[in-house]
Amino acid sequence: MPVSVSTVMLRVVYALIPGLIAYIWFFGWGVVVNILFAVAIALGCEAAMLAIRDRPLKPFLTDGSALVTAVLLAISIPPLSPWWITLIGTAFAIIVAKQLYGGLGYNTFNPAMVGYVLLLISFPVEMTSWQAPLMLITQHSLGFLDALRIIFGGGLPDGLRLDALTTATPLDTLKTQIKLDHNVDDIISTAPIFGHFGGKGGEWISAGFLLGGLWLLYKRVINWHIPTAMIGALLGMALIFFIIDPAHYPSPLFHLFSGATLLGAFFIATDPVTAPASTRGRLLYGALIGVLVYVIRTWGGYPDAVAFAVLLMNLATPTIDYYIHSRVFGHGENRKD
Amino acid sequence: MIRRLWKFNGGVHLPAHKEESASHPVRRAPLPKRLILPLHQHIGESAEAVVKAGDRVLKGQMIAHAKGFVSAPVHAPSSGVVVETGDLPVPHPSGLSAPCIVIETDGADQWTQLQTHGDYTRLDPSALRNIIREAGIVGLGGAGFPSFIKLNPGPGKAVNTLILNGVECEPYITCDDMLMRERAPDIIAGLRIIRHALRARECIVAIEDNKPGAYAAMCAAAAGTDIHVVQVPTIYPAGGEKQLIKVLTGMEVPGNGLPIHIGVVCHNVGTAAAVYRAVEYGEPLISRYMTITGGNIAQPRNLEVLIGTPVKDLLDECGWNPATLDRLLMGGPMMGFALPGDDVPVIKTTNCILAMTAADSQPQRPVMPCIRCGACADACPVNLLPQQLYWHAHAKDLDKVQEYNLFDCIECGCCSYVCPSNIPLVHYYRYAKTEIWAKEREKQKAEAARLRYEFRLQRIEREKTERAAKHTQKKEELTAAPVDPSGTKKAAIVAAMERAQAKREEVKSEE
Repeated sequence: MPVSVSTVMLRVVYALIPGLIAYIWFFGWGVVVNILFAVAIALGCEAAMLAIRDRPLKPFLTDGSALVTAVLLAISIPPLSPWWITLIGTAFAIIVAKQLYGGLGYNTFNPAMVGYVLLLISFPVEMTSWQAPLMLITQHSLGFLDALRIIFGGGLPDGLRLDALTTATPLDTLKTQIKLDHNVDDIISTAPIFGHFGGKGGEWISAGFLLGGLWLLYKRVINWHIPTAMIGALLGMALIFFIIDPAHYPSPLFHLFSGATLLGAFFIATDPVTAPASTRGRLLYGALIGVLVYVIRTWGGYPDAVAFAVLLMNLATPTIDYYIHSRVFGHGENRKD
Repeated sequence: MIRRLWKFNGGVHLPAHKEESASHPVRRAPLPKRLILPLHQHIGESAEAVVKAGDRVLKGQMIAHAKGFVSAPVHAPSSGVVVETGDLPVPHPSGLSAPCIVIETDGADQWTQLQTHGDYTRLDPSALRNIIREAGIVGLGGAGFPSFIKLNPGPGKAVNTLILNGVECEPYITCDDMLMRERAPDIIAGLRIIRHALRARECIVAIEDNKPGAYAAMCAAAAGTDIHVVQVPTIYPAGGEKQLIKVLTGMEVPGNGLPIHIGVVCHNVGTAAAVYRAVEYGEPLISRYMTITGGNIAQPRNLEVLIGTPVKDLLDECGWNPATLDRLLMGGPMMGFALPGDDVPVIKTTNCILAMTAADSQPQRPVMPCIRCGACADACPVNLLPQQLYWHAHAKDLDKVQEYNLFDCIECGCCSYVCPSNIPLVHYYRYAKTEIWAKEREKQKAEAARLRYEFRLQRIEREKTERAAKHTQKKEELTAAPVDPSGTKKAAIVAAMERAQAKREEVKSEE
């Protein structure tokens, strides 16, 4: 049976659940607070913009697209970021990146990623102060009220210091340490932030997103082309450099389970509104995102690059659509395949 | 023998709704009081009436003859009197009226003298084609292309594969299914006649695998011959000609070409049965199997219906409820079209009358913007990019829609069906097509006007130069002429002047 837009969007949110459970497990209540707050702001902004633009409220508020944007953005920002970070990012994503471009279906850029990049560039300190996984915060337990207090400006709970609460992410650590001419193996085995094959906790969150992504594929909410091409290209790049110099370039597996690779491959790059229409176009789009992620991670100024890579390729989507069409039935060579 | 089958892109699985109408044997619809026969029931030129109001006609008598090559005659489906010839509402998406012949039946159902032709294997293919042309047989699958043309491969073209299409992939419709179950031997006999005319190397009968009864009947009828009866997977639109050819042969008919260009000819099972009746018994095409179904119909079923029977007679026969009728369609829910009313007749290509209540249709969700999800492209059996087509059709960019191969669209409706935003995509494509055709006609008109104008300018210019030439020629003649050498002209003038003077004086003196 055919599905509606809201079903498509809700399925995307459902598919995020396994990854979210892992995320909450490892990083605590801040994640939940961020998501709920972002959703409220997103729906509020969406309603206000729809009213200003004289569009019907009900069909567009219930289509689930603002919900998806809010959840994706909330996942991307550090779990204990101050409330105004979430507010600015979400409001900018919905008002500017989505509604000012014409609303659902008309935005050129992925709204969640626009919001994220705006925050990353404007507030680098807040956006890089990642909370450490809970098991690395030994001084103090971090309950729901603690999370609320930290996020909404109540300061840190007694006995918890900021430097104990936050830490550099695995990708960040690796980048800095490699620049100091340390060996990849040594870095990973000494810094506590690393897990079995990615970041501590992060690898399981990524695995959760992978699981959800596979479910989306099974439900045909997304096509295999973009995730496969993106992951394939990233792994390919990583493998080449890993083989050449394993001391300075981490393994493909590390790249796969670190940062936003799997979240990006299944939930962000696959946003159909901002991706090319044809199958071959999507393969190219996904592959170039994969290459860009590796290039920026390895040689660029930022530790992770999924948001930049996706936005850059959003920019290229009209051009890809202009040049790459599908082979229409009965056109071109007559193949028996 | 297990044949290898291929797949075409996309397609959709639809709720079949076939059991409702396929569970009763087919019976003959009662003879209607009035038969309305449009002269244009096929692709090509309209037929031309050869009877007029007041004429008595017999069953099977030709009442309109084919005009032009791509055309088909029309025959009286029963005996009676022609009461009217003129424009009446016809079943056409436009809802316009068109020339029809109306017969008031006399109840005798008296046949005209039919001409039989003996053993068809001794007939020349061209003689066979002529019999089929004179019988008014057109493609009964829906398109209505005159069948005799598709029995002529054309010079230098060999037919490798002859496909008999019994797929019937559209929901609700079961008339081909019932025909195969009840008249399999007729169909196979018709197929052999068609094969004889085409000299086809191989024959395949394709049936969707949700029709085990039809499959068994056709296998039994084809037993002992080299005709392959093949089950194809149930997916809409596997019964589309190009899609079926792909499934059975793996070959794709070129975008702007015909099946014959790759050595394939496709006919519908109903057409084959009609060919058999025409060749064996000399019967023209005056009736066919038809499905009357939908939630509004009390007893959905198949009837053998005389061409020209008003739709209302058939609805009455199967029991309907005008109060709850939501949509009345001719054809299936995907490719059928809404009828302007129940007074239109059924025609040769009518396979189904679908009377739907509001509950039959999907609940109307609001139309949302396209989110480019690509579900349409995944479902498109022609591999188009429907969302791009929609985008450019919406923007009225007629060059761009053609660049995206608008004219390869078969309007099967898969894209609209799967669209999560509920966009009526096919409407946009039809709109764009008509716009382009209108533009094309405008262009041709403008071109003709331009030519006319240029021709006029040329003519004026030519006349001017001709006049000038004449003028100078005359001048030259005058100057070249000898200057009255003997002075006779002058003398004559003088004489005339003198006469006039004399006359004037004469008049004066008389006063």
